[in-house]
Amino acid sequence: MDLSPVLDGFGVVLEPTNLLYCLIGVVIGMLIGVLPGLGPAATIAILLPVTFGIEPVTAIIMLAGIFYGAQYGGTITSVLLRLPGEASSVVTVFDGHAMARQGRAGTALGIAAIGSFVGGTVSIVALSLLAPVVAGFALDFGPPEYTALALLGILLVATVSSGNRQKAVIAACVGLLLATVGRDGFTAAERFTFDNLSLADGLDFVPIAMGLFGLGEILYNLEERHRAVQAPVAVTNVWPSRADLRQSSGAIGRGSVLGFLLGILPGGGATLSSLAAYALEKRRAKDPARFGRGAVEGVAAPESANNAAATSSFIPLLTLGIPANATMAVIFGALLIQDVTPGPQLVTEEPELFWGVVNSMYLGNILLLVMSIPLVGLFVRILRVRATILAPITVLITLVGVYTVNNDVFDIVLVIVFGALGYLMRKLGFDPGPLVLAFVLGSLLEDSLRRSLLIFDGDPTGFLTRPISGTLFAAFLVVALLPPVRAALARRRTPNPTNRTKEHL
Amino acid sequence: MTDRGDEPRPNGNGVAEHPPADGQAPDRDRAESPHPESTGTEGSDLGEAVREVEAAAHEHRPPAGPLANALTAGAVVVLGVAAVLGSWSLGVGSASTPGPGTWPLLVSLALVVLGVALLAGARRASDAERFSRSSWLVLAGIATMVGFVAVIEVVGFEIPAALLCFVWLRFLGRESWRTSVLTSLGVVVAFYAVFVAALAVPIPHLF
Repeated sequence: MDLSPVLDGFGVVLEPTNLLYCLIGVVIGMLIGVLPGLGPAATIAILLPVTFGIEPVTAIIMLAGIFYGAQYGGTITSVLLRLPGEASSVVTVFDGHAMARQGRAGTALGIAAIGSFVGGTVSIVALSLLAPVVAGFALDFGPPEYTALALLGILLVATVSSGNRQKAVIAACVGLLLATVGRDGFTAAERFTFDNLSLADGLDFVPIAMGLFGLGEILYNLEERHRAVQAPVAVTNVWPSRADLRQSSGAIGRGSVLGFLLGILPGGGATLSSLAAYALEKRRAKDPARFGRGAVEGVAAPESANNAAATSSFIPLLTLGIPANATMAVIFGALLIQDVTPGPQLVTEEPELFWGVVNSMYLGNILLLVMSIPLVGLFVRILRVRATILAPITVLITLVGVYTVNNDVFDIVLVIVFGALGYLMRKLGFDPGPLVLAFVLGSLLEDSLRRSLLIFDGDPTGFLTRPISGTLFAAFLVVALLPPVRAALARRRTPNPTNRTKEHL
Repeated sequence: MTDRGDEPRPNGNGVAEHPPADGQAPDRDRAESPHPESTGTEGSDLGEAVREVEAAAHEHRPPAGPLANALTAGAVVVLGVAAVLGSWSLGVGSASTPGPGTWPLLVSLALVVLGVALLAGARRASDAERFSRSSWLVLAGIATMVGFVAVIEVVGFEIPAALLCFVWLRFLGRESWRTSVLTSLGVVVAFYAVFVAALAVPIPHLF
């Protein structure tokens, strides 16, 4: 493998300006990420406007910083407040918060930082080796393959998302419809614009992501305002002891590898891998009863795994142009805004950019480790600031921030509309993640579908006769049909389902 | 394909052979904290434990009734039907010459089917939450934002931002009058300093 572009990438990343922006990214990513309830997708969405007007590579480096900072911010709230920022740190709550109650919050956060660092680094090294290979393989993909890939990606994300699968697919369909708003790329016909000039160019990604993830989340949390706020526990001694390190090193190693492997799969890799890593450690442990009562491996394994998975989920994004989960969808949107179209051509055509992106992850990861441990005290102090005070500030950051993207008041209107929609969706059990993902992939999917139909001269069986797209479609059918079939079988097995539901109630 | 075995594993196999030696740790942990919620993780089924934590986070959020579920599903169907009609009017073309409405039609047909399926299962659904009295807070919050965007082009961002902040603090957050007033003013000054003075964002401003 030719190493010179990789090394050039490091040269770019290590320029003082880029270092500075990465540092700023990590810090503000953590700052917003520790706001209770705001997960990485919401944090990155709220901070999207910050990255505009900066040079692409620098902006991407800053995004990597925000990404890692936001990830770790969720860990901090899991441990200290028992509030996981997103599904991937839910399992951290079990042992992390138990440790905090025993006065070992610092150790939990320290181990989480070290585990995240190791997991992330393992994953980036593997990504550097694997990504060009996958990209090379994907270079031959034509429209039919992309159609199949995008459909499968959306379906997988909807399937693995938390909550009702049917509702997740509905959300994805709405996202696909929203993506069609504006001028049709083929015929220049205006679609669903209702003669509104602001809609003629289509809906912008930023207000949708900021509204659904950011504002929606804040509004949803507003309902819990009157709940007694739990004061965060004091944090002392962030450096884990040697015994803790020894005890968790195996968990970190296994979590990293597991996280990397599961993260490549589209659809909530980070969540799945943190669960799997936790389960693995619990099964391996001599005394599984320790888990849930402050076992240090119970923090180390899922945190290593979710960071490794978060990093390796960049592989489908950077090599195929298919985001693997909601957070990646936001990053995908951010890259598009920087005029970077992730896809198989990125490695060969714009190596400095590709390796800049990859190497910025090393940097973000290192800064995370360096910054998080000394700064934990500061973040704990931020957590003491009541959510009631932070909420309006975040709202104003969102409203003013979205304006700065295009200097257009219409974007503020959009962000409010999508904020209200995001609240309603959460309330009614729809995961907004699939909507945003489908919106981001919508035009790619439609373009490739229409191109494929033109290639096949209108014969849809053409999708099935090409080996790769045929395989992908077969996988699509399996994923789509398996759950309902299994549910039907399960229902047949329990002869009287009404009794059963009553018992459950 | 790169062999995944080549992947560097800093703390890999060597350590994995030795399960952590921790004779004393469990006793200490157990003695200190038999929390009620930690029993959730006792069961071998991890998914169940996760659901329990999620449920604990939502304990103040009772599920919605069948009517709300049916209305939700109905709204999906209505949206789907409207989109079908809209796509139809765009011109659906044919498979060999797809028109501007082809793709939206396919998606909205899927939406109708899914909506009908959701309607069929509405009575069994339990994942929606009931709207409660505190939902009015959310409506009020949205109203402040609508007010913000309605007047920003006329009077600039400062006054509506301060008012929004104040309403959220005093009435939605039940902060004290003093905190609410001082924080609102401080936030607007800070926003002015950052966005207008430092970044020169052309956001409508009064001063």
